[in-house]
Amino acid sequence: MSTKTDSIAIDRDIGDFYYNVTATRDAGVGLTEKTIDYIVDVKKEPEWIREFRKNAYHVFKSKPLPTHWAGDELKEIDFDVIRYYLASGDAAKRTWEEVPEDIKRTFERLGIPESERKFLAGVEAQFDSEAVYSNIKKAVAEQGVIFMGSTDALKERPDLFRKWFGKVIPTGDNKFSALNSAVFSGGSFIYVPPGVKVKHPLQAYFRINAENFGQFERTLIIADEGSEVMYMEGCTAPKFTTATLHSAVVELVALRGAKIQYITVQNWAPNVFNLVTKRGLAMEEAEIKWIDCNIGSRLTMKYPGVVLKGRKARGEVISIALAGDGQHQDTGAKMIHAADETTSNIVSKSISIGKGRATYRGLVHVPKHLKGCKNNTECDALLINASSRTDTYPAITVRGTGNSTQHEASVSQINAEQIFYMQQRGLSEGQAMSLAVNGFVNDLVSQFPMEYSVELKRLIDLEMEGSVG
Amino acid sequence: MSSIVIQELRVSIADKEIIRGLSLEFSTGEVHAVMGPNGSGKSTLAKVMAGHPDYQVTGGDILMDGVSILEMEPDERSRRGLFMAFQYPMEIPGVSNANFLRAALQARLPEGEELDAVEFYQRLYQKMDLLEIRREFTARAVNEGFSGGEKKRNEILQLAMLEPVFAVLDETDSGLDIDALKVVAKGVNTIRGPEIGILLITHYQRLLNYIIPDFVHVMSEGRIVRSGGKELALELESKGYDWLKAVKPETVGAN
Repeated sequence: MSTKTDSIAIDRDIGDFYYNVTATRDAGVGLTEKTIDYIVDVKKEPEWIREFRKNAYHVFKSKPLPTHWAGDELKEIDFDVIRYYLASGDAAKRTWEEVPEDIKRTFERLGIPESERKFLAGVEAQFDSEAVYSNIKKAVAEQGVIFMGSTDALKERPDLFRKWFGKVIPTGDNKFSALNSAVFSGGSFIYVPPGVKVKHPLQAYFRINAENFGQFERTLIIADEGSEVMYMEGCTAPKFTTATLHSAVVELVALRGAKIQYITVQNWAPNVFNLVTKRGLAMEEAEIKWIDCNIGSRLTMKYPGVVLKGRKARGEVISIALAGDGQHQDTGAKMIHAADETTSNIVSKSISIGKGRATYRGLVHVPKHLKGCKNNTECDALLINASSRTDTYPAITVRGTGNSTQHEASVSQINAEQIFYMQQRGLSEGQAMSLAVNGFVNDLVSQFPMEYSVELKRLIDLEMEGSVG
Repeated sequence: MSSIVIQELRVSIADKEIIRGLSLEFSTGEVHAVMGPNGSGKSTLAKVMAGHPDYQVTGGDILMDGVSILEMEPDERSRRGLFMAFQYPMEIPGVSNANFLRAALQARLPEGEELDAVEFYQRLYQKMDLLEIRREFTARAVNEGFSGGEKKRNEILQLAMLEPVFAVLDETDSGLDIDALKVVAKGVNTIRGPEIGILLITHYQRLLNYIIPDFVHVMSEGRIVRSGGKELALELESKGYDWLKAVKPETVGAN
């Protein structure tokens, strides 16, 4: 038995392939105001967006890299060699037949059209900077649900778009939200009319194909009063030797009594820097639930949050992070209570393998003047090898009387006796590890839709296979 | 007929020799009991047979049907038909008993072959009934929050499901009240037969009132110091382990 093995060769075969696709639109290398002009011109965007982007560009430039936060890994990103906009053509297609062959086969290999047929209400597939496919089932569209790329939305539905765009996450929230605001492209826009409950999930798939590239999608979901919607996103990229950047901004707005569930399964290649800002605004009696699973990437910094703005609003973050050898998952949650009787729940589980590092960073804020607010935070970490690392930074400020919080944290290690026990029953060391890890996250995995939980289990098995010598 | 032959086995843990030239043979169709005082090396024997990584074999051999198993990983030994019921079964949080057993049975099938789920549950329920285990047990996590008796019963359930050629039961009776002991013994007696060889490791003669062994071996200071029929256990009970101290190991012939 060699549970102390440090070297890991991860079989990331699912996303690790790419086809040569020639981009017809390329903003070139590096980021200047000219890059922004190129993007605005080629996308034929209105002038207010040009101004918005340029302002964001200066904010990005003025903010220091938050290396004091996650670590020095961020210095590996060379912003001057990254390509900020790459696309191979026109608007997103409504049928897969119209999607260019090279791109279509990428998504076929990832199983997207098949899932769409089986259980989705709509799909958007983004390839590098632009959506290449976007379709919503007729029945869902007839209910008045809007599901389109954000570039289309800002042109076609400025009334809805402009009202909320950049309002949940302001440009200057952090360096990477500013970067996204400067060069954003792609991402989804969803509007669900009052009272409409979208039965099946809407899905977006974000695919990075190009080397030295940054993907900056921008997603805005508005659930009008009493409506319900579930959105799922998946991400992959092939493994390149240089750093790839993924820096999205996702804003959710749940109006009175609405429910939004946002599910992410991220399986980026180990050279991807995944620096994402996600936040929701929950009005009276509204509910926002982030279910977040981070498996790949070099460094992920992601803390989905909910601003509980209306009375009795509820926020929840369910998060699974798996840090393989050489990876750092710096994830967590933010819950800002801003009204009476609001409740928040955070459950985070992380697994560190080899020299992998998982960090939980939480922020729970309940100001003094509020009454009847509740928070529950649980974070559990599992360490696989002796060199694995986990850190927990829970910042909980609950003031005032009549507000309550509960916080539990645990760190455990896979025990050699457990592995021996399972091996004695005939499981190989790798199978035993997989089973133990799957057991650890089992209660959270069961909250994902079935199709995703099967996929998740498979991803965990793959990671664990590589973790034994 | 299959056999396990242990020849002049020497085992150390952290440079301390625990088993000092132990020889023992048993075959399918037989039930052997190994008895001995605390610290005589009984549990070490079980763990070494199963391939626990902490123990070092410094001499001798363990042969299964003439083939040495010492170089085999614990899981390979298991798939070849060697089962060990643990004295302290491990908890596996979040993994249900049913899933654990399925994974263990699946690991025995050739690649590409899938375990039949219906057949699996039929067999599982049948064995559970025998061991007086309630149905909701299948969904509970392996040994998590189990009482001592439940854990031991679970070991016997796994034994019944995996149908090994050889089973080593390491102090399965320890920590059981008399009712639980009877249930466990009933389970073992049902499994007992010409297709399986059983090695019962126990400190107390009590278990042997319910599972009658064909042979009894007494272990002391890392060796078998006496072997005989089931009456040897009764003799031990009346005379106590101190009686062994008068017996010089040299006077006992190799088994």
